[in-house]
Amino acid sequence: MGLAKRIIPCLDVTNGRVVKGVNFLELRDAGDPVEIAKRYDEQGADELTFLDITASSDNRGLILHIIEEVASQVFIPLTVGGGVREVEDVRRLLNAGADKVSINTTAVLNPQMVKAAADRFGSQCIVVAIDAKKVENQPFEWEVFTHGGRKATGLDAVKWAEYMVSLGAGELLVTSMDRDGTKIGFNNPLNKAISDAVEVPLIASGGVGNLQHLVDGVKEGGADAVLAASIFHYGEYTVKQAKEYMAKHGIEVRL
Amino acid sequence: MSKIDIAVVDYGMGNLRSVSKALEHVAPTKNVLVTSNPDDIAQAERVVFPGQGAMPDCIRELDARGLREAVIAAALNKPFLGICIGLQMLFEHSEEGNAAGLGVFKGNVKRFAAEDMFDSEGAKLKVPHMGWNQVYQAGAKPHALWQGIEDGARFYYVHSYYVQPDDAAIIAGYSTYPNKFTCAVAKNNLFAVQFHPEKSADAGLQLLSNFVNWSPS
Repeated sequence: MGLAKRIIPCLDVTNGRVVKGVNFLELRDAGDPVEIAKRYDEQGADELTFLDITASSDNRGLILHIIEEVASQVFIPLTVGGGVREVEDVRRLLNAGADKVSINTTAVLNPQMVKAAADRFGSQCIVVAIDAKKVENQPFEWEVFTHGGRKATGLDAVKWAEYMVSLGAGELLVTSMDRDGTKIGFNNPLNKAISDAVEVPLIASGGVGNLQHLVDGVKEGGADAVLAASIFHYGEYTVKQAKEYMAKHGIEVRL
Repeated sequence: MSKIDIAVVDYGMGNLRSVSKALEHVAPTKNVLVTSNPDDIAQAERVVFPGQGAMPDCIRELDARGLREAVIAAALNKPFLGICIGLQMLFEHSEEGNAAGLGVFKGNVKRFAAEDMFDSEGAKLKVPHMGWNQVYQAGAKPHALWQGIEDGARFYYVHSYYVQPDDAAIIAGYSTYPNKFTCAVAKNNLFAVQFHPEKSADAGLQLLSNFVNWSPS
């Protein structure tokens, strides 16, 4: 037996609360981040990801307090993303107790920031988040989008992933914008194309509606880890049920 | 000055908050001090030597703070726990940046070889080795730091290099990725691991608790 595939519940946090949207819109309240983090830890989550989607800069500091509180009670890896613009933001999040920091829009606007952060803190704590969408009007299949999926960049998602790894990204969090919140499953061809192109682990995100989708994400999409939010937040499945289902389908997990 | 129960060696490479928080969690009555002062390390009852980032940078920063001698002395004399790069630095040499280590143990630190990185079904294995892998306990007799931890329990890893000790007698644990590699070494008062006990949920907290209560004979 060897390395287990990871299950990562994702907590979208705004103004100190966990919320979940559909296609990046229509936010619903899902609860208190510290309580939810503790619950997932008890259920056997391998890691937790917090995405700060707070719009107003006034409330940005809230995420630091949440991470501090979670990190003193939950002893599994914590990744934090959302609004990370400078190397200084990375430092603040790591000091608050994050183990990894996820960089998204800023990586597109200023790729050298990824390199600077990886050089300073090590690739092991730099995750680059890629939001991709299938496109018809480009010489490639999947395009990178930024600003929560609103802005097209003209970048080929697979080439972009390779470039980010060359600058020092230690892991990639790939979200299919077409699938996010739809519950029809991951975009496995997209994930497979990126996973095959890079040496670092890939976290699949966007579209999980049932436990078979998690299995498909690993088997068809080549994901090293699968991320999901709504199937866990609303109590449809526990993390433990998800792991038992994956194990039953021949995927090595931590039980 | 109050007594230092556990000194966590800080040489400016990244974040030691996870390590100190986990130690405080398992030993709420102990004085845990994150320090870059060699005198604190000399006085402390126990020493934790963590590390992340690249080993050449870690060695350089350690020397820049004048910590080399204090760390080597602690490794030879008092309950000492190395974590991740804190394990790798105890060896003579690393392939990472062709760096010399502290030489407490004979042997090398090697990178996972690209040509080996396939599982039994031919699927590509990623580097870094990131996530939860099974740890098998080794050694002539059960080590006190494995007490209460199941053989084959999973711990959280993130690394691209692993240690290869010359002396097989110091090997206290191994994992496979896809080949067997040493993930824990032990000698007298010293125990050092490649994985991150501070991020390994119950198994990790148990190991840290064992360390805090350890009286090496």
